Amino acid sequence: MKVLMKGNEALAEGAVRGGAYLFAGYPMTPQSEIMEYLSVRMPELGRIFRQTESETASIFTVYGARQAGMRTFTSSSGVGMSLMQEGISGMCAKSIPGVFANVQRCGPGLGFALEGQGDYLRDTRGGGNGDYRVLILAPNSVQEMMDFAYESFELAEKWKNPVEILSEGKIGQMVEPVELPEFKETKRVVDGMDGVPKKILLDHDDPEFGLKIAKKIEAMAEEEQRWESYLTEDAETIFTAYGIPSRTARGAVDKLRAEGERVGLLRVISAWPFPVKGFAQLPDTVKRILTIESCVTPQMAEDVLITAKKVMHLRDAEVYSLCSGPVAAKVGEIMQKYYQIKEDPQKEAISIIPNKAEPFNRAEL
Amino acid sequence: MAELLIDKELCKACGYCIHFCPKEALSFSEEMNQKSYTPVQVDKEKCIFCGTCYTVCPDTVFEIRA
Amino acid sequence: MAVQRKRPALLKDNSWCAGCGHGLFTRLLHESLEELGYDNNYICVDGVGCSSNYFAATTLGSAIESHHGKAPTIARGVKLARPETMVFTYQGDGDAYVIGLSETLNAAHFADPITTFVLNNNNYGMTGGQMSWTSLPGQVTTTSKAGRDPETTGMPLDPLKMAAQEERVAFAARAALNSPKNINLAKKYIKKALELQVKEEKYAIVEMLSPCPTDWNLTPVQAIRWIEEEAVKYYPLGVLKDTTEGGGA
Repeated sequence: MKVLMKGNEALAEGAVRGGAYLFAGYPMTPQSEIMEYLSVRMPELGRIFRQTESETASIFTVYGARQAGMRTFTSSSGVGMSLMQEGISGMCAKSIPGVFANVQRCGPGLGFALEGQGDYLRDTRGGGNGDYRVLILAPNSVQEMMDFAYESFELAEKWKNPVEILSEGKIGQMVEPVELPEFKETKRVVDGMDGVPKKILLDHDDPEFGLKIAKKIEAMAEEEQRWESYLTEDAETIFTAYGIPSRTARGAVDKLRAEGERVGLLRVISAWPFPVKGFAQLPDTVKRILTIESCVTPQMAEDVLITAKKVMHLRDAEVYSLCSGPVAAKVGEIMQKYYQIKEDPQKEAISIIPNKAEPFNRAEL
Repeated sequence: MAELLIDKELCKACGYCIHFCPKEALSFSEEMNQKSYTPVQVDKEKCIFCGTCYTVCPDTVFEIRA
Repeated sequence: MAVQRKRPALLKDNSWCAGCGHGLFTRLLHESLEELGYDNNYICVDGVGCSSNYFAATTLGSAIESHHGKAPTIARGVKLARPETMVFTYQGDGDAYVIGLSETLNAAHFADPITTFVLNNNNYGMTGGQMSWTSLPGQVTTTSKAGRDPETTGMPLDPLKMAAQEERVAFAARAALNSPKNINLAKKYIKKALELQVKEEKYAIVEMLSPCPTDWNLTPVQAIRWIEEEAVKYYPLGVLKDTTEGGGA
């Protein structure tokens, strides 16, 4: 039986069913419903909810509790996520399997508070100081908000590495019917050691530390790639996107197919590791790839460009970027861009001036 | 018979024990330990095993056995 | 009258400078842990600075390394996960009173059953003796070479007083590690603070004025005198708050 749920609440409920025992958070639009929901839900189940003094405190509460063996998570957005980077970097250094959700905004500083995809580049490169990677799952529906949160704890524990749900304001705020998964068994302390941990906590004193992290990153990159292909078999043009733009892009594919155009969609699900394998499976009929993002400057488009260089039969493909600003590109905008690049190939495909349609001026579009 | 044990290798010759010893039983020795400090030594005749040196030592150099 | 004295079992050779108060504190800490029967069931959350050397000074102790000033928040998480375990933070003044001022006061505000220990040596020890908010007026440090000027850098900050004002703080006290008498008093405070955590689930904070001969450019004996003569003027010793029976204050 399906129930109607808001994206943020679905994420919270998914985490609860996946075994989260503690949530620590700080209010911030557009993800505050997560903590509002959990402030009731966690005590109801005899688990712990904490409102902390800042995002920094949230992530470090998660850091401490998870290191002591408890399944914990936190969430934030925009500058709140920036504040958390120190703790996330620390969790990677100590192999702490924490879980956190970034319900993205768009733009620098306080940004555009309601929606967008502003943090792709920062988050996929780790986000904080040092070199490390965080496993990142990018949902595009309320159901996936729930499912990804549900499986995130076990995924994090499998790799002893933090996992991020890279969501966005729009998904957090929208309401869709969802199927609720079964509760997973959980208890206060799920792992760690019998009794108190002994001298386990300084991994970086190990001379092999750097090498171990590198090997883990390599193995995660090999095993955890996720993507979804749609009508790519004979496609000449591939749209690629994650999150909400992957839904409008799918709509554009349907419409363009109806007009006889050979287009397909490769939806990125694991923002890191980037699904290179998905691109490798594209047919050699592909002539151009258009990345569609709700941000101001091309972000995922950079990964697509790198990936096109890695995959032999895509080396000659043209790579384009459509950055729509905070609001996801509409089907019509994507179709317009498609005909534009098809009829008039450009040399500088990815440019810092994102979209000639002036993305911020919605009234004119 | 009580005994004051001194682990010379732990000593960093800060001198707190010498400063506070009520019987002036402690002094620096001439020899160096592995850390290149001249560790503390005790004049067994003067020591009354009061434990002051243990209390003020930051490096747990001293132990007293009853 | 011979008194028996034994080195706490978990302590080994430490890497602090000669005459450093950290060695004194760890010994008092471990004596207290042994006496309370918790030396095998505790987690220490280290601050960043000289207190991070604690980890190397024990053989089988359990320590979590924190980031700058964040120890109380990490300790909060650890305690939530393992309420049966003794959890305390071990920080310096730069860590707990400057970069982690918010965390320290919020820990006092939340009053989770953890314990905070602050070694106040009036400067940033590990980084080479820079000015801290606890440096005294006129104190020469590597970033206040003409002496700390209160006109531009303020007067010594006393977060212990702020923490003591928080309703749910059970015990707040300041000791000094500079004489047999004061060291014995510090031990009393440390043990009491830890006892409050495990017996009554209460938050306590203990600050200790600690000698830092290396960065003060003094001999160890001069350093303990400096605490006696200078530091206590701004940081008076004693119990600021004690909610336990017969505690007064």
